[in-house]
Amino acid sequence: MTGEHAKPDADAGAETGNSAAIAAAFADGPAYVPYLAVGDPDYEASKAYVEALDRGGADVIELGLPFSEPIAEGPTIQGALVRALDAGMTPDRFFEFAEGLDVDAPLVCMTYYNLIYQYDEETGPRPFVERAAAAGIEGLVVPDLPAEEADPLREACDEFGLDLVFIVAPTTVGERLDRIMSRVSGYVYVQARLGTTGARDDVSDQTTESLDRLADYDVPKAVGFGISSGEHAERIVAGGADGIIVGSALVDIVADGVENDLSTEAVAERLESLSRELKEGAERGHAARAEAPDAS
Amino acid sequence: MSESDTRTAEEPDTAVPSRRPGRERGRDDGKFGRYGGQYVPEALMPAIEELTDAYERYVLNNEDGFMDEFRERLADFGGRPIPLQRADRLSERYDREIYLKREDLLHGGAHKLNNALGQVLLAKYMGKERIIAETGAGQHGTATAMAAAHLDMPCEIYMGERDINRQRPNVFRMKLNGSEVNPVTAGRGTLKEAISETMRDWATTVETTHYVIGSVVGPHPFPVMVRDFQAVISEEAREQSIEKTGGLPTDVVACAGGGSNTMGSFAAFVDDEDVALHAVEAGGSTLEVDEEAGVAPNSASLYTGAEGVLHGARTKLLQDSDGQIMESHSISSGLDYAGVGPELAYLVDEGRVNPVAVDDDAALEGFHRLSRTEGIIPALETAHAFGFLEEHHEELGERVVVNVSGRGDKDLDAAIEETDKRDIDEAPDMSMFTGGI
Repeated sequence: MTGEHAKPDADAGAETGNSAAIAAAFADGPAYVPYLAVGDPDYEASKAYVEALDRGGADVIELGLPFSEPIAEGPTIQGALVRALDAGMTPDRFFEFAEGLDVDAPLVCMTYYNLIYQYDEETGPRPFVERAAAAGIEGLVVPDLPAEEADPLREACDEFGLDLVFIVAPTTVGERLDRIMSRVSGYVYVQARLGTTGARDDVSDQTTESLDRLADYDVPKAVGFGISSGEHAERIVAGGADGIIVGSALVDIVADGVENDLSTEAVAERLESLSRELKEGAERGHAARAEAPDAS
Repeated sequence: MSESDTRTAEEPDTAVPSRRPGRERGRDDGKFGRYGGQYVPEALMPAIEELTDAYERYVLNNEDGFMDEFRERLADFGGRPIPLQRADRLSERYDREIYLKREDLLHGGAHKLNNALGQVLLAKYMGKERIIAETGAGQHGTATAMAAAHLDMPCEIYMGERDINRQRPNVFRMKLNGSEVNPVTAGRGTLKEAISETMRDWATTVETTHYVIGSVVGPHPFPVMVRDFQAVISEEAREQSIEKTGGLPTDVVACAGGGSNTMGSFAAFVDDEDVALHAVEAGGSTLEVDEEAGVAPNSASLYTGAEGVLHGARTKLLQDSDGQIMESHSISSGLDYAGVGPELAYLVDEGRVNPVAVDDDAALEGFHRLSRTEGIIPALETAHAFGFLEEHHEELGERVVVNVSGRGDKDLDAAIEETDKRDIDEAPDMSMFTGGI
């Protein structure tokens, strides 16, 4: 499409980012960025789960605010979002949740544009971003918002000091890539392969190619989609990623807890333990990269 | 298309598709005022860009004779042109000329084939090897399955599990035509989940696969492309009206769910400012909304909806105050969708299209009235347009065209069940149908 590609008036903070905490998370070593759907399977358990991620070494935490039509998610995360909605999660409850969390890692909200757009009587993204900032949210990821439509949200994020993270797919090249990278801040979410979210255990060639394509852009690159083990995390970081984003493998643990009626403590323990494994894997990958003579 | 006599000044000046401003709308950038756009995951953007390029080359510029082949196949396989028939008894009843555009006579029994055939053929020109589509009640799925069989393309249809159980004959029709039907169990298992699931498939298979969307909804270029394929309805009706009556109609009436038959019926008339355009939505059981349950017991997104973003486009939606999409409801499953095409949302805001809602009762009465008085059993979707005619004919001009978007054979079970619940004058005695067949 063509549309107006008005450039954002600033260079959108691509070098610095708006959130010092997110910048710091990527500054020393690889960032482990876990995702959970907020309110899955209920408010209190979800709070315990997110805090377990933090204890397990999370550098940034992505909190999914559930939308009824999550077109970018695979069945695992879609299931989590449905459970959360059924348990009564709403945007206002989400912000209360974020305010009540006892975590060190900066929080990023991942949701769909309609919820951002509709948040207040005054339609448009500004009221949502203002409320998110007040709740301590440091960044947003909006999978159904293309760069072409993002300027109003970009402006609101700049006004309230949030980062706006964009997803780059293996098929994102040329002008589209430039358009996205001129609006991104905080980190860029590198989609490891075509398709939707879901845990898989291979490392795709598409990941390496994407990282090569992004090498010249001065913003941290966090690879997501399908990372499920420490070994997997290690290979991704050794391949050049500045961080790893893990969603479905963690959501699977929550889903398993629901299916098998496990205690909140047991599920939280498993989340913390997988988090440690992933974080350590990422750190091994980082060390390997430092040692490799031909690291690019 | 065909030669037509030139006795009136209203005659379009050429036989090729009109290039007037209203028809151009949205073609360049996918925007209809504040509506439209491309709100899709990044992984789908290359597919959308490739499709936009193909739409411009083949549909707008007739590259490789695409539009010629499309029209030829619509004629030979589909049975076009479709008649514009004077409805004698309705004309008498309402004391104005009522004309019926008989899309129910198109192959498959509904207007759906115009779009499905166009898109499957386009996929072939694009070198795609596989077709996917979503379906709610099964009308778009069956049309796509027919077109795919006709053009020898493998085809998979996503359909909510609940809808599969409710629409077994349509599932069988798709399978008869060689399509696979994939049940969607995610979420609540209806049309909107099926659309989301088809988008997910497309996100992993964009290189080989074309997604045949079923209405004038979704990201650009779907709304303009589907409109252009369906515009044959109004292109024919406009010409036929001039030929048969010496002039344009005063009013055009079409039912509206997602809006493909609606935009198809309106497209060639949008620039004829004296022709009033009425989009008849499903008022369901009531226009009230149950915010707590997230349910709107209607599908009247033009009439009652608010602006928002769903399935790739900014448009008018049924949503709660948080922006969560509501479950819609209608006696006719084909109108049962929480969104509507962005161009219709725009035309309503501009005052060019009059949105109206007709409830389940009035639609069912319209179903019986048309069946009894004109010998045409309409789809329950279409029946809403006849409910409107009954309630509002006095506000209409002297010559009204109603689009009969589909035939009612598919709805007979629902019609028996729903009629039995009500006391409808024109309905047959139901006792022999409801006692245990």
